[in-house]
Amino acid sequence: MREATMTNRALKSAAAPQKKKRRGLDLTRKRAAMGYLFVLPFIIGLITFFLVPLVQSFIFSLNKLEVAEGGYNLIPMGFENYNRALRVHASYVRDLWESVRYMIANVPLIIIFSFFAANLLNQKFKGRSLARAIFFLPVIVTSGVMLVVDSGDLLQSSLGMTQTDGTEGAFRAVELARLLLQTRLSERFIDYIIGAVDAIYDIVSASGVQILVFLAGLQSISPSLFEASNIEGATGWENFWKITFPMVSPLILVNTVYTIIDLLINSSNTVMELIRDTAFASQDYGMSSAMAWIYFAAILLIVGLVMWIVSKLVFYYD
Amino acid sequence: MKIKGIFHRKSKLDYKDLQHRKHMMYTWGKRGWSIVRGVIIAGICFLILYPTLVKLSVSFMPEKDIYDVTVRYVPKSPTLENYKTVIKAMKYGTAFWNTLKLALLTSLMQLISCTLIGYGFARFKFKGRNFLFALVILTMVVPPQTLMIPLFLHFRYFDIFGIISAVTGGKGINLLESYWPFILMSMTGMGLKNGLYIYIMRQFFRNMPKELEEAAYVDGAGMLRTFAQIMLPSAVPSMVTVFLFSFVWQWTDTFYSTLFLQKTRVLASALSSVSFDVTQKIYFETGVNVALAPAISSMYTNTASLLVVLPLLILYLFAQKRFVESVERSGIVG
Repeated sequence: MREATMTNRALKSAAAPQKKKRRGLDLTRKRAAMGYLFVLPFIIGLITFFLVPLVQSFIFSLNKLEVAEGGYNLIPMGFENYNRALRVHASYVRDLWESVRYMIANVPLIIIFSFFAANLLNQKFKGRSLARAIFFLPVIVTSGVMLVVDSGDLLQSSLGMTQTDGTEGAFRAVELARLLLQTRLSERFIDYIIGAVDAIYDIVSASGVQILVFLAGLQSISPSLFEASNIEGATGWENFWKITFPMVSPLILVNTVYTIIDLLINSSNTVMELIRDTAFASQDYGMSSAMAWIYFAAILLIVGLVMWIVSKLVFYYD
Repeated sequence: MKIKGIFHRKSKLDYKDLQHRKHMMYTWGKRGWSIVRGVIIAGICFLILYPTLVKLSVSFMPEKDIYDVTVRYVPKSPTLENYKTVIKAMKYGTAFWNTLKLALLTSLMQLISCTLIGYGFARFKFKGRNFLFALVILTMVVPPQTLMIPLFLHFRYFDIFGIISAVTGGKGINLLESYWPFILMSMTGMGLKNGLYIYIMRQFFRNMPKELEEAAYVDGAGMLRTFAQIMLPSAVPSMVTVFLFSFVWQWTDTFYSTLFLQKTRVLASALSSVSFDVTQKIYFETGVNVALAPAISSMYTNTASLLVVLPLLILYLFAQKRFVESVERSGIVG
């Protein structure tokens, strides 16, 4: 034992000068190792709970999965499940289009509203912290199961909150519609505006996180920029377009991507419900996986496209 | 406020008068704007609170008030009957404890793992860092439904490299109906929306001045100690945000809770089946198989959803000051 420590010590002292020489390299390597250590949980999770299931789910989508005693059997089907989902299933393609259409209609509205709201909440006025607390409330009261329960609710809709019927309600835009029709704008555009006003609660309630992100962005703009431009005699309007907007514009990308994902992957989305029911109600695991993969591919395509377009318009400070 | 521009033109008015008018218009503009702003903010606040207020009023209504045309918001004869019925039908006590345990456990685990992972991505350079971070984003983009069946089977026959089945001779252990799936996924940053939390933490740590850490290194602190004693205390606002998000979203999540816990009662799944549970309860008590009128079933659902969200509102009441303040320094933004 003692001998061992002795030799260890001897080895250490022998290695010491050499170590000193390569210290710079060692430090970077040590830091890299530390980095891996910090990220290690994610790597483990990524492999076991993400990549492996992802591949498995793709395999399932190419097979017919039958539950058997203590496990399951796979019967190869080729792309039959995809074919069935896209050509045979009664509502899949329609639901898919519907939720993409809904997303495209709502993302600009949510982004514009949350940017506007963040600007409001960033100004100084009495009761600001109360207003902020209320603006973020939808993150709580419309999350997860609450959204599912509320969206089909009878009493709520008869009191004018959701759009299931539309006969009477507190927030219907009948007057506005009449007004807009007189302006002779294109009917499509008017429909969009009316739809936006009718859906205002949905928009406001889907904007919580986005407001938070924009607000944090507004706070991070250095006040000295505004001071300098005020000295040069810029107006508030000019300040907004020449400083605030460009400085926050990278966050438009972040928020757009977040909103797209949020609208397409929430638990009240019809496609998500359909995929779920196909698996657990109809026990058609293969087709459910195929549907999920088609949906995944569609989302990836949309997000990629949007990132490509928006990143061309965005201004980066550094 | 923004009228200044008009006066760039040369005016016949003399300078002093101009100054005076400019000043007046500025203050009036400012006042006008603050009124408009107040109206807009009050309007939006009302819009946000309205459904919850409606729920609150409905929850105190007896059955006949709902059909009464003269009753719109304020119940004529307020009653606690709805609450009593719903609490019993939902088995609120059990469901509440199960949900509380689950949400606390997962959100604390997620907070720890996402903070560590976020710090790793923000402050250390290693091979494949950008690629790995792109995968973090990918985990957000993939619909959880894609992974649903494999994950279900994974935890139904849970095994680590075939070790468990070799020992027991079975086909792995069944982890469904326990909290283990949640714990394992939260520990590894794979829980609900964890990609977002990792992103938030990474952005925060990236914005911290490097000098802080360097000073600590110079003083002889190791990397772990620097992290624990220098970085963590200043990360508290961001961590509050992450904790609140993950607690709330776990509390109301139906996806993972119905996937892994089909028999264990949690609030989210109890809420989605509340009107069915009420009919069941009536059937057991009276032997009569009733169908609830849509308005009545909606009344029960609204009452139940208030009960589900109430603990979150209380939590928010306490946390909101820190939460809203934390926005200022949370560094969600890079």
